[in-house]
Amino acid sequence: MLDLLWLVPALPLAGAVVLLAGALRFKHRTTTVVGVSSVGLSLAAALGALLQYVGTHGGIFVQHLFRWISAGDLTIDFSLRLDALSAVMLFFVTLVGFVIHVYSVGYMHSESARGYARYFAYLNLFMFAMLVLVLGANLAVLFIGWEGVGLCSYLLIGFYFEKDWCASAGKKAFIVNRMGDFGFLLAIFWAFKVFGTIDLAGMQQLITVDPGKYAAAATPIALLLFVGAIGKSAQVPLYVWLPDAMAGPTPVSALIHAATMVTAGVYMVARTNFIFALSPTALLTVAVVGGVTAVFAASIGLAQNDIKKVLAYSTVSQLGYMFLAAGAGAFGAGIFHVFTHSFFKACLFLGAGSVIHAMAGEQDMRKMGGLAKHLPTTYWTFVVATLALAGIPPLAGFVSKDEILGKVFAAGVGDLNGFGSVYLVLWMLGLAGAFMTAFYMFRAVYMTFHGEFRGGHEAAHHLHESPRSMTVPLVILAVGSVVAGFVGIGKALSFNLDINLFERFLHPVAPALEVEHAPTLAGEWVLILISVAVAVGGILLARRFYLGPEAFRRPNALAQRFPTLYTTVANKYYVDEAYDRALVRPLAGLARFSWKGIDTVAIDGTLNASAFFTEIAGDLLRFVQTGNVRNYGLLVLAGALAAAAWLLL
Amino acid sequence: MTVTPMHFVIFAAVLFAIGAAGVLLRRSGISILLGIELMLNAANLALVAFGRIHGALDAQVFVFFVMAVAAAEVAVGLALLVAIFRKQQSIDVDRLNVLRW
Repeated sequence: MLDLLWLVPALPLAGAVVLLAGALRFKHRTTTVVGVSSVGLSLAAALGALLQYVGTHGGIFVQHLFRWISAGDLTIDFSLRLDALSAVMLFFVTLVGFVIHVYSVGYMHSESARGYARYFAYLNLFMFAMLVLVLGANLAVLFIGWEGVGLCSYLLIGFYFEKDWCASAGKKAFIVNRMGDFGFLLAIFWAFKVFGTIDLAGMQQLITVDPGKYAAAATPIALLLFVGAIGKSAQVPLYVWLPDAMAGPTPVSALIHAATMVTAGVYMVARTNFIFALSPTALLTVAVVGGVTAVFAASIGLAQNDIKKVLAYSTVSQLGYMFLAAGAGAFGAGIFHVFTHSFFKACLFLGAGSVIHAMAGEQDMRKMGGLAKHLPTTYWTFVVATLALAGIPPLAGFVSKDEILGKVFAAGVGDLNGFGSVYLVLWMLGLAGAFMTAFYMFRAVYMTFHGEFRGGHEAAHHLHESPRSMTVPLVILAVGSVVAGFVGIGKALSFNLDINLFERFLHPVAPALEVEHAPTLAGEWVLILISVAVAVGGILLARRFYLGPEAFRRPNALAQRFPTLYTTVANKYYVDEAYDRALVRPLAGLARFSWKGIDTVAIDGTLNASAFFTEIAGDLLRFVQTGNVRNYGLLVLAGALAAAAWLLL
Repeated sequence: MTVTPMHFVIFAAVLFAIGAAGVLLRRSGISILLGIELMLNAANLALVAFGRIHGALDAQVFVFFVMAVAAAEVAVGLALLVAIFRKQQSIDVDRLNVLRW
């Protein structure tokens, strides 16, 4: 099965090609069969390969497909690499991807046959690109996948392109991502200049042999790689595209903008951890950006009323936690959170999709309420995933988030790279973010599912539970949100049993940096209790604010008491407006100048002027052309005589 | 006085000048064609004369070509004149200025 690894990305690609070719003719049924089965078979191939990998192989398996580029010193092979890290990604990308394909069958059934086929073609293409990204054995192949998922993200955000705001959200995502991608590209060039290869194994070997030689170059390469990760994984300051990306269909938000694509940045950092490990500066940058993003995005999430926007800011915030872990040298913990997060966040998005489906497209939580009795399955799965995200034991989110906070605290106490105090501050930021996460998620649950329905009589009539193709994926993902954490239970939680399978599995490819003075078992238990207390505190506050007969009174009073603070947060700190002033408008001005100034005046002007002078010259010269044959003859004779005279004399 | 090839050259030049004057000064299309014939034959004569001077035979071969082309040219020219006459009831070339700007 391992030799069939290439099938894993190839099957969705084939599905995408068939669907694109037949998009104008296929009926819903054909599209469903092709689109879902391609990913299903891909999942089967991936599971087969993974079983064999875990059972017999271990280590690093590289499948060389063909030589892609060969020029001078540069040779790039198109090869796939299966190791512990890509195995983890491969598992949940194909699993969550398949589940969301099934869900899409129910969610998108009311689309026209053409739209339906186009949707599944893009979604298949996305799976192909994401799997190439995950399996790429060198930075160039990884970059193909990286750009491919960006393209599919653009296509799917702008899926309802006839609506202007959806089309611009797609463009925004694409353009903001370009900024990050440029950094990634520069990092690849720089890495080739320094290492002479961009093969992951090759670079790692060079660094292992002589770390000192590459220490200086590691900082700029790592920072540029991180610029790419910032763009793709929506970190401060390039996070602005992700909330707008909610313009796409909800399963797309679940698959691309929560579970898989946006975690590509974390994966890339973990993938190149041997470069990051050489550079304390880069690690600190990663940690600070991640920690700041975690709190910043969570605070915006507190005041959002659109259910998908809440989840979007939550995603940005959780991605911040993953980078925080990577920045503390705990790459495995970051990937672990990627893994668990993909289950509960996909479940939340699909649950939100089910709610939106029942509400006939309405996303404003102020018009919901009391949906629990109409959508029981959606409600229970949503609550389970919310508890997981809020960090309530023993659910997946608790285990992985606690792992991250523990590692950051350990980095602070152990004075990692001499930046101990910074890591301690980041740990406190992480706790604050966890509190806000618990609060805004339960705010969403109470506003959506509890209390009285506020959407009016007609909407209330329309409420219904979603079809089975949508609820079964919800249940699968909810089960994942419960059990996914058990593979990586930390030392203290298991009473020093050392059953952290996840970390042990990842250790060969993404080892955590060694920290001195690791906290004792009792110390870790204190940390765990603190983070659970924080999560419970957030939930209780949300309950006080948004549940019962006095719901909304206290938050409204608070908003009235601090109007400036409230409007600033509700307007997302005016970051979009600031970008508009600082970047978009100057660029638009420059574009307008290039158009009206350079193109119209300079280029068109020059051409028009030359045409004008040619015309004037023609006007003058045409008087020579009399139409009289003998006149021409005379001129010819005169010319001939002149030529003869010139030759003879 | 002996007649040398140079005399033929001079004669050809005179003949050419007469032909050119005919082309430029006459208004009748037929006369212009006659003038062109004169110029062509002056050129033929000059070719033969120079061939004689240089002792080369290929000049005389060229003359046959020129004659053949001249015959064709006259045929086309006369046909054009007939067409013009049918259209305008005149072959006065000064009135042929419809192609002017």
